[in-house]
Amino acid sequence: MKQVFKRPESLVDVPTHFCPGCHHGTIHRLVAECLDHYGLRDKTIGVASVGCSVFMYDYFDVDVVEAPHGRAPAVATGVKRSKPDHFVMTYQGDGDLASIGAAEIIHAANRGEKLTVIFVNNTVYGMTGGQMAPTTMIGQETTTSPYGREEESAGPPIRIAEIMAGLGGTSFVGRGAVDTPKNLMKAKKMLKRAFEVQINNEGFGFMEFLSTCPTNWRMTAEKANERIADELIPYFPLGVFKGDK
Amino acid sequence: MANKELVKGNEAIAMGAIEAGCKFYFGYPITPQNEIPEYMAKNLDNEGGTFVQAESEVASINMLLGAGSTGSRAMTSSSSPGISLKQEGISYMCGSQIPGVIVNMSRSGPGLGGISPSQGDYFQSTRGGGHGDYRTMVLAPASVQENYDLTMKAFDLSDEYRNPVLVLGDALLGQMKEPITRNKYKKKEYKQDWILDGAKGRERRRIKSLYLADGDLTDHNWMLFEKYESMKKDIMFETKYLEDSKMVIVAFGSVARILKSSIAMAREQGMKVGLFRPITLYPFPTEELSKVADSIKNFMSIELSTGQMIEDVKLSVGAQNTTVDFYGRPPGSIPSPDEFLEEIKTIYEKRIK
Amino acid sequence: MDKIKFRSERCKGCGLCVIACPKDVLKIGAELNRAGYPVIEITDMESCTSCTFCAEICPDVVISVFKKMGDKKGGK
Repeated sequence: MKQVFKRPESLVDVPTHFCPGCHHGTIHRLVAECLDHYGLRDKTIGVASVGCSVFMYDYFDVDVVEAPHGRAPAVATGVKRSKPDHFVMTYQGDGDLASIGAAEIIHAANRGEKLTVIFVNNTVYGMTGGQMAPTTMIGQETTTSPYGREEESAGPPIRIAEIMAGLGGTSFVGRGAVDTPKNLMKAKKMLKRAFEVQINNEGFGFMEFLSTCPTNWRMTAEKANERIADELIPYFPLGVFKGDK
Repeated sequence: MANKELVKGNEAIAMGAIEAGCKFYFGYPITPQNEIPEYMAKNLDNEGGTFVQAESEVASINMLLGAGSTGSRAMTSSSSPGISLKQEGISYMCGSQIPGVIVNMSRSGPGLGGISPSQGDYFQSTRGGGHGDYRTMVLAPASVQENYDLTMKAFDLSDEYRNPVLVLGDALLGQMKEPITRNKYKKKEYKQDWILDGAKGRERRRIKSLYLADGDLTDHNWMLFEKYESMKKDIMFETKYLEDSKMVIVAFGSVARILKSSIAMAREQGMKVGLFRPITLYPFPTEELSKVADSIKNFMSIELSTGQMIEDVKLSVGAQNTTVDFYGRPPGSIPSPDEFLEEIKTIYEKRIK
Repeated sequence: MDKIKFRSERCKGCGLCVIACPKDVLKIGAELNRAGYPVIEITDMESCTSCTFCAEICPDVVISVFKKMGDKKGGK
C-alpha cells in the first residue's frame, strides 16, 4: 500500500480555528502543497492580512509579517523589494483586499510587483461577524445589509479577478473554487501558475478563490458548499483571466 | 577645513539617509518635502538601493513596514497631512517592533492648512500620534547640517531600539540652503536575529502586533514602555548662555534657530536671557530642564503654534515655583528675529525686576 | 491495511467529504470527538477506490489515503 494523499509539510500540524465547512482550510492546504511542490518553505515570507486568515502564521511553517487591514500588498512590496530572491505571498479576504485595500492591490498589481496574491472571496466580512463586503451578492442578507444588498445604495458586487486582468502590470490572474473535486483540481492548476510567475520572475500572480462562510451565511456546510455553484460561480465565473492556461 | 557644500535642507535629509546605508525609500508627493523623493529617485538606485513611489502615504508607510521586517534600512518622508495618514502604520511598526525612519517636513494645518512652516505637529509627533500606547523617538533639526546628521543618526537609533524614529523638520528647514559637511557614517552592528529572511535551518519567525491571549498584550505594552523609557539615555539638547541667565527661552527647530539672533540682540541690550533647545522631542529632556529651574525661575516657550511644547516645559519646571510664559506664532508668516526680540523684552521686563 | 485513515480528533463534522465521495461510502457518525463534533466514518472500505476526492475536499486534512500498488484505478 502506498500513501497517495498526505498532509503537506508546509502546513503546520495543528487544528485550525476555521468554522466547519469553511473553505479557508482547504485553500490553506492547496497553498501549502504548492510551497512543498516548489520547495519554497524556507525561502518564503508570507504577509498576513486582517480577517479570518490573520492566523496564517500559525498554519504555514514560513516566516510571516502581519500587515494592517488592507495593506498586505504594500507590505509585500517592501518585503519583495528588500528580498527579491525570496518567495513573497499575501493571503487576503474580500473585506481586506476589495474594500479598504483596493488601492494597494491595484497599484501593487499594476507595478507588476513579483508577488503571489491569494484572494479568498466569501462575500462577507467573516471575522467581524458577517457584514456586507464589496463582493456581497445582490439580495444577500448580511448584518449590515439586513434587507439584502440593494444595487441602488451599495452597487453590485465587485469582480476583482476581472479588474486585475485589466491591469497591464499583471502576469497571471485566475479564479477558482474548491467546492467540488473537479473545481479544486482546476483551481490548484491555476494556483500553481500564480506561484510560477513569481518563481520565474515573470511578474505578479493573482489567484481568487470563491469560498464558503457557513456561519455568516447562516447555512449548513453542505448548503453553503452548494451556494458556490448555485449563486457565486454564475456571477464570478471560474477560469484564467490572464496568462497562459 | 572639511569641504563644505551648499545644500538644500530636504536634499540634506536624503543625503544623510543614503550615507547611513538607507537602501529603500518609499514616498509620495506633498509640498514642502518633494525634494526628498526627487533626490532619492535620482540617486538611490545607483547607490545599490531602490526608490518606489507609492500610491499614497498609507501605502508608503506599509512598504516601510515590509522592508523593515526583513532588516533592511528604509525610509519614508512626507508632510503633516501625509504623516497623519501614516499613523496607523507607525502604530503597527511600534507594536511589531520594526525599525524604520520617518521624516515629517511639517507644513501648516489643520486640514489642508498651507505650505508654510509650522510646529503644530508637536503633539502628534511626541505622543505617539496613532492608536495605542506607544512612542517614537523624535529628532528635531534646526539647521541643514542637522537635517543631514540627525537623519543619519535616526537609522542607528531605529535599529538599536527596533522602533521607528521620526525626524521632525518643517518647510523652512526643508526649503532653505546652507553649507554643510557630509560627515562620514561610522558603521555600527545591530542584532538581526529577529528579521524575516526565510526559515532556513531555523524555526519560522513571525512579526506581528496581534496578542489575543489573556495578559499577553498587557505584558507586551509594559515591555514596550520599558523600551521607551530606556531611550532617555539618548536624549539630546543644546543650551546657550545659561550660566548667567535670568530667563530661559525654550524652543526647538527653526524657531530656536531664529531665536539665536534675537537672544544675542537681547543680551546686547543687557537682558540676561538664555536658550534651552531640545533636539530629542521624545524623550523630552525633562530632568535636564528641571535642573535648570533649580537656579533660574523664569521660562518662556516660543513656538510656531498656539502652544504645545509649553506643556512639556510646564511638566519639567512647573513644580519649582517658576513662571512659564508663552509666545505663539501659529503658521502663516515666518517671524523675524526682531519680532521675537520684542516679545522677549515684554516678558523680561514683566518678570525680571 | 485500510485505504483511508481518519484523524477523527481533527474532524469538524462538516460532511463535505460525504458529498464528494463518488462511491457514497462515507457518512457522519454518531460518535463525537473531544471537540464535540460528530466524526466521519466509512461504511464500506471495500468499495473505496483510493480516489482521494474526500481527502482533497476536506478543509481540515482529516483523511490520509493509501492505494494497493498494481491496483488499477477503480478496481476492487
